This record gives sequence, structure tokens and C-alpha cells, in this order.
Amino acid sequence: MDITFENVDYTYQKNTPFEHKALEDLSFHIKSGSFVAIVGHTGSGKSTLISHLNGLSIPTDGKVKVGDYLLTNDRKPSDMKELRSKVGVVFQYPEHQLFEETIEKDIAFGPENFGVPESEIKDRILKAMSAVGLSESLLDRSPFDLSGGQMRRVAIAGVLAIKPDTLVLDEPTAGLDPRGQKEIMDMFYRLHHEQNLTTVLVTHSMEDALKYANHVIILNKGKKYLEGTPEEVFVQKDALKQVQLDVPEVVQFITSFNKKFKTTTPFSNQSINQLAKQIKQVLIGDELE
Amino acid sequence: MNNSLIIGQYVPGDSIVHRLDPRTKITIIFFFVFIVFFANNLPSYSILVVFALASMFTSKVPIRFVLKGLTPVWFLIIFTFLLHLFVTKEGTLVFDFWIFKFYSGGIFQGIAISIRFFLLILVTSLLTLTTTPIEITDAIEDMLNPLKKVKFPVHELALMMSISLRFIPTLMQETDKISRAQASRGVDFRTGPIKDRVKAVIPLLVPLFVSAFKRAEELAMAMEARGYQGGEGRSKLRELKIEKMDIFVYLIFIVVIILLFLTRTYG
Ligand SMILES: Nc1ncnc2c1ncn2[C@@H]1O[C@H](COP(=O)(O)OP(=O)(O)OP(=O)(O)O)[C@@H](O)[C@H]1O
Ligand SMILES: [Mg+2]
Repeated sequence: MDITFENVDYTYQKNTPFEHKALEDLSFHIKSGSFVAIVGHTGSGKSTLISHLNGLSIPTDGKVKVGDYLLTNDRKPSDMKELRSKVGVVFQYPEHQLFEETIEKDIAFGPENFGVPESEIKDRILKAMSAVGLSESLLDRSPFDLSGGQMRRVAIAGVLAIKPDTLVLDEPTAGLDPRGQKEIMDMFYRLHHEQNLTTVLVTHSMEDALKYANHVIILNKGKKYLEGTPEEVFVQKDALKQVQLDVPEVVQFITSFNKKFKTTTPFSNQSINQLAKQIKQVLIGDELE
Repeated sequence: MNNSLIIGQYVPGDSIVHRLDPRTKITIIFFFVFIVFFANNLPSYSILVVFALASMFTSKVPIRFVLKGLTPVWFLIIFTFLLHLFVTKEGTLVFDFWIFKFYSGGIFQGIAISIRFFLLILVTSLLTLTTTPIEITDAIEDMLNPLKKVKFPVHELALMMSISLRFIPTLMQETDKISRAQASRGVDFRTGPIKDRVKAVIPLLVPLFVSAFKRAEELAMAMEARGYQGGEGRSKLRELKIEKMDIFVYLIFIVVIILLFLTRTYG
């Protein structure tokens, strides 16, 4: 679904001594089907931003459009539930939302709420579990007997089983082991393409943003700081440094390489293989290829 | 999320009232509540009103927060005022129209009672507006200390109070987080038949209890690991100390009391 923010402000605890402006004059557009990374220092408003995507927060000022749903301060859609069935959100530490006796029931919870027929739910559960790499033998186990990483997978499966058009991920891999992080991210990436999803990923990892996203939005103190393709954004080393963000390692490498060999190899989000070829070209010329 | 979710209504500040020792504030408010009932004429009420308003302005707490404390009792104030207006038949008849017969005594009584209410709410909310719950707990622990002699578990009680106070905001944040997560999975907490709404509480309560127990366990472990073994011989991070300013405030308050007893009418 297309997502548009128009001059969005969001203030927590308005009219109290603790009033806090978390988003300020935020505007951007996300095309349907894109994979967007939202990056920013801690406290920059990333989680606040994504809570607007399924109507959990309503902008204090400005407009949010998600598909056909318009959210403004004076009117929210009457069919909020429908919006939520189309926008699936995996929150930071989603394992905290588990509550059912068995894993099967917990994954079924979302689809049941959204009125998916019983016959289809079973199938969705199995598909979601295999997507997140959980074995079927766990179906009848209590989610509270699992390891933290497994609990995370159950929670993610619970969102996938809703079959949303738009998937919103708030640091979905924080606190997992490196292998688990890669597995989960690769899974989201695969689903994104297979099911033609619109994916919004909040992350601290520049590497992930670079690897998976085709559009990057950098937030700083509730305002949009930079926006563009990964190639456009991640070469702005100084600008990123200003807001306590690093450029991805590949970019750091290319910069150092260029400096050392006085070359101008560009960063164009090339694969490691392509980069290796470019380096070879610089070092020993074309003819030996 | 930050610590801005504070229970009670503490408004951070650095005024004289904020910096007073919490025991001073509690003591003065305790006696103030008491002497309010001794005022019985214009001068004696004026003294109390001036004292209360002066404290409020010194505290620099925006008036709207003070007024907020009054909202739940507006009705009560108006009700008692009207009651006196209609029922009390003392003094001279000052207003007579159809069934409305108002006497000067009734009007005075009505106003006096309203002012009393107003004063009580004002000073007590001033305490919670300018003192953190933790400070209040510390002060209570200190003031209850003599009860230790009769084996009353003062320290444990205070510890329980401060731990609960510390975790109420955390639990509120947690509730907020979990209800958002479940709302995203299609739970509707706000509309629908009562039966469904009651059922919707389970997905909220279970995770909440799980995390509360986990937190309690972790806290107990952390306290033990750091050598906590009860109040005996434990020193304090926040020492309560009576400063010159506290003495000064006590003196002012004593003057207020004396003036009050000089101006009120006897007999
Ligand atoms: N319920 C709340 N009440 C008041 N302020 C809040 C609340 N939730 C968040 N904030 C504030 O809003 C700002 C943005 O918070 P947000 O959670 O969106 O940050 P974030 O970018 O997701 O950070 P992180 O990377 O740590 O998850 C922070 O300064 C935070 O303190
Ligand atoms: Mg966040």
C-alpha cells in the first residue's frame, strides 16, 4: 500500500508538564511494494512514526495516508480493524505479547480476530511457522517454555499469519544471535518479494538497511534528516556522522581504498563480486582479466 | 520512553517549595489542615488564604495544574455552598424572591465552607505537585521511625512503598505497549459487546503478569547480589536534612498560627 506522511507532528502527553514533541513536520512518500528502512539514533522517533501506520497513533497535526485510509487529528477511519488486518506490525521485542497456552493458539489469535475462516487458519499457522523456522512439533507447546529466540519467532509468525499487505518491522532482530538475525531478515526479504509486500523496517543496522532496503529515511530528533536510495544516502559520511550514525562498512572500505590508491571507484550498492572486479581493475588493469 | 510517566502529579521545578525538606512540608500541611477549622471570620480566613496562595506562587507551579486538583471536588464545593445558602436561616434576610430566601449568615457560611475546601485541596495538592513520591516515602519512613521500638516494620513498609511507586510507571508503560501490540493483532478494547471486551483483557493481563513476575524475580536477585539484607545498618543515598530555609518556613507558619488565633472570634 502507498504510504504518505504530510507535515505530521506528534506530541506525547500534550498539555502536561511532560509534553514531548516526538515527530515534527514529517513528510515523505513510500511507494507500494518498496522496502523502506527507517534509521535514526535512539529516541529519534522511529517507533512513534510506525505506530501511525496502523492507526495506533493519530497525528497531532498533519495527515497520514495508508492506502485508502486517511488519518488526521479530527477524523480517523471507522474501520480501523480492517486497516490493522492489512498492516501487520512486528514490535520491538514482540515476544512480550505472547499469552496463549499453546503456540498454535497464539499464532491463531490474530487471524481469528480478523475473522479468517477456521479451515484456513490451520494452513496459515503451518506456513507461518515454517517461514520463521519453527518445527511443527512445537504446535502444542506453551510459548513460555521456549528460548527467547524461539519466542521471537512465534511472535513474528503470529503477525505473518494475519497475511498483511504491508509489513512493519521495529528492530525485529534486536537481541538475537547473528545467525538468527540473518535468517529472520532473509525470511522477511524473501516474503517481501514472494508476496509483493510493502515493507517498512526500523533498524539500527546500516548493513541491514543497505542490504535489504531500496529506500532509506534517516530521522533525527523527530525530523526527517535525509532520504533517498541507499546509494544516495550512505555516501554522505559527514552528514551521517552528525547524527551519530556510521556509514556501512562497504562504503567505509571504498572510501579508504579510493584515498589510498587515489582512485574514484564509486559506491553504487554493488555486490562483493562486482566490487572485487572493480578493485582488480584498478590494481592490475583491464588487460589481465 | 522516558521517566516522564510519573504517577501522582509531580511537576518538576527548583523553587523554594520544591527544595524544602519533605518532612517540613508534610508537617506543615498536617497542621494546616487542622487549623483551617479554626478560622471563623474574614481576617482569619484571609490569613490562611494569603499563606496558601503565597505558597502556591512561590512554588511556581502553573495555576492550571493546581486547578486540575480541584476538578473532582468542584461539584462538592458547589453543592455545600448551595446547601448552606438554602438551609441556613441566620442573620438578616438579604434576598427574597419567590421560593428563594437567602440570609446573610447562609451566604457567609457557604462562602466559608467553599474556601475551606479550596484551601485543603490547594495545600495538599501543592505537596504532591512539588514533592516526588519517593521523597514522600522517605519522609514517612523517617517520621515513623519511633515505631521501630515496638517492632513495627517501618523500613520494610517504606521499601515496599518505594518499589511499588518505582514500578507503577513501568507497569503503565508495559500495559500501553502490550495493548498496542494486541490491538495490532485485531483486539478491540474499546468497542463491541461487553462480553468481548472483558475477553479482550486476557491477552493484556497474561503478558503483564508474566513480565511483572519476571521483573520481581530479577529485582530480588539484583538486590541480593548487591548485598541487601534489610534495613539494619543501611545508609542512605538521599539524606533528609533540615536546612535554614526549613526553619524559616516553620517560623512563618508559627506566625500564621498565632495571627489566626489572635484574629478569630471566640465565644
Ligand atoms: N509514551 C510516551 N510518553 C512520552 N514520551 C514518549 C513516549 N514514548 C516515546 N516518547 C519519547 O518520544 C521520543 C521518540 O521515541 P521513540 O520510541 O519513537 O524513539 P525510537 O526512535 O523508536 O528509539 P529507539 O531506537 O530507542 O527504539 C523519545 O524521546 C521518547 O522519550
Ligand atoms: Mg523504538
